Amino acid sequence: MNCIEVNNLDFYYGDTKALKDISMEIKEKSITALIGPSGCGKSTFLKCLNRMNDLIEGTKVDGEILIYGEDIYKGDVDITALRRNVGMVFQKPNPFPMSIYDNIAYGPKSHGEKRKDVLMEIVETSLKKAALWEETKDRLNKSALGLSGGQQQRLCIARALAVEPKILLMDEPTSALDPMATQRIEELMEELGKDYSIVIVTHSMQQAARISDETAFFYLGELMEYDKTRRIFEKPKRSETERYITGRFG
Amino acid sequence: MSRRNLDRILDTLIWLSAFFSVAVLLGILGFVFYKGLGKISLHFLTASYKTDLSGGIWPMIVTTVYLVGLSLLFVTPLGIGAAIYLEEYAKEGKLTRLITFATESLAGIPSIIYGLFGMIFFTTVLGFGFSLLSGALTMMILLLPTMLRTTQEALRSIPREYKEASLALGASRLRTLFKVILPSALPGITTGMLLSIGRVVGETAAIYLPLGMYYEIPKSVFDSGRTLSVHLYLLAKEGISFEHAYATAAVLVVVVLLMNQLTKFFKSTMEVKK
Repeated sequence: MNCIEVNNLDFYYGDTKALKDISMEIKEKSITALIGPSGCGKSTFLKCLNRMNDLIEGTKVDGEILIYGEDIYKGDVDITALRRNVGMVFQKPNPFPMSIYDNIAYGPKSHGEKRKDVLMEIVETSLKKAALWEETKDRLNKSALGLSGGQQQRLCIARALAVEPKILLMDEPTSALDPMATQRIEELMEELGKDYSIVIVTHSMQQAARISDETAFFYLGELMEYDKTRRIFEKPKRSETERYITGRFG
Repeated sequence: MSRRNLDRILDTLIWLSAFFSVAVLLGILGFVFYKGLGKISLHFLTASYKTDLSGGIWPMIVTTVYLVGLSLLFVTPLGIGAAIYLEEYAKEGKLTRLITFATESLAGIPSIIYGLFGMIFFTTVLGFGFSLLSGALTMMILLLPTMLRTTQEALRSIPREYKEASLALGASRLRTLFKVILPSALPGITTGMLLSIGRVVGETAAIYLPLGMYYEIPKSVFDSGRTLSVHLYLLAKEGISFEHAYATAAVLVVVVLLMNQLTKFFKSTMEVKK
């Protein structure tokens, strides 16, 4: 089943057209990688999916994005509910300057959860899902800024999971991390891919090849090729895709 | 002249200017303390003022605290509110430029003009009389640019990522503001408040015109009063007692120095946080 369906999406920054006529369907409970050279529109596309582009002035969207059948750019859409459903993990780990507990509890509290025991349970489950519980269970009240970069990023994943999203968007989540931390996050993503639909933007072709089920190749604001990851890396249909994944440009 | 000699002369000049700056400060402090400390006693600090000079400066200390408290009560929400509007809500445009221009111009006006305005507008037009209320409202206008700018700086220094993270979790804009942005800006806002306190403590012209100079402790916000700085001004200007003036000055200097240290302390904790 598809969780996201994009039809003829155009996206503008002012007068610049950053995405051109994108149509794609993203499968539920799988990992979809978006690859392409810098400025190809893959991050812009990702941020259309939870309407984070709304924060930038002078942007415009044409076409439709259906998430579980609902057009998220229709006038009466509840953005709070949308973002609860579609979580996001950013390039740079960005925990709040609060305790580990408060970081995780922030989302559920924002959505009205006040019961202490329920919040504690959410914190524990979320940290367990993000494979961070063992390292943090004795220091939940310590500042999240004291964690290492990799731990901070897993905390951000836990924080996103705490509001029970169905879809998880990840914008180059390992680009600020060392190889060991990257490996842990990748293992975590593979684990999460069983229960969540993950869309990940990555600069690393190896990463896309290692963890994703489907891969979409963006180039100059267009979706050039979209297929099973194995097919993209073994037998790309378009010459641009082949040249990019073999490292001849980008 | 040889290059070496020129270097030496320049070195000496630079050293002299540095020495001069420090010497002036130490000179003033030393002079004030030398002349003033002898008079300071528990009685001087805690007794009410008597025209025969047998009393102390307790009412002035209390009035200063009252005025500081009331001015901050007015200026803090106003300054923070305006800063939030400019940084988080308003779109860059004519209106924001006008507001920035207005506050910058406010900062450049001599303080006695504020006093004159306060005396005419708050005491007479609005009928508050010479009172704590008129004084505090006048100080509110005078302090607004400082409060606004320090809060703006504090808001600007907060990483954009915090805001994004909060919104991406589905938190509302208001919740993001109160739970993430403002707490992170708190050290900066505190710095603005401390600077304001220092300004109220040190100001005279903008204060005695709307507040008056009555030497008893004000019983309500509609009563007149006399702050330490105004007291010092009167003692010296009317030639009432230079002994008392120096003692008051010493107290004032200690208060201002304490304020500066507090400000520095908060600034450094803010920088560590970044």
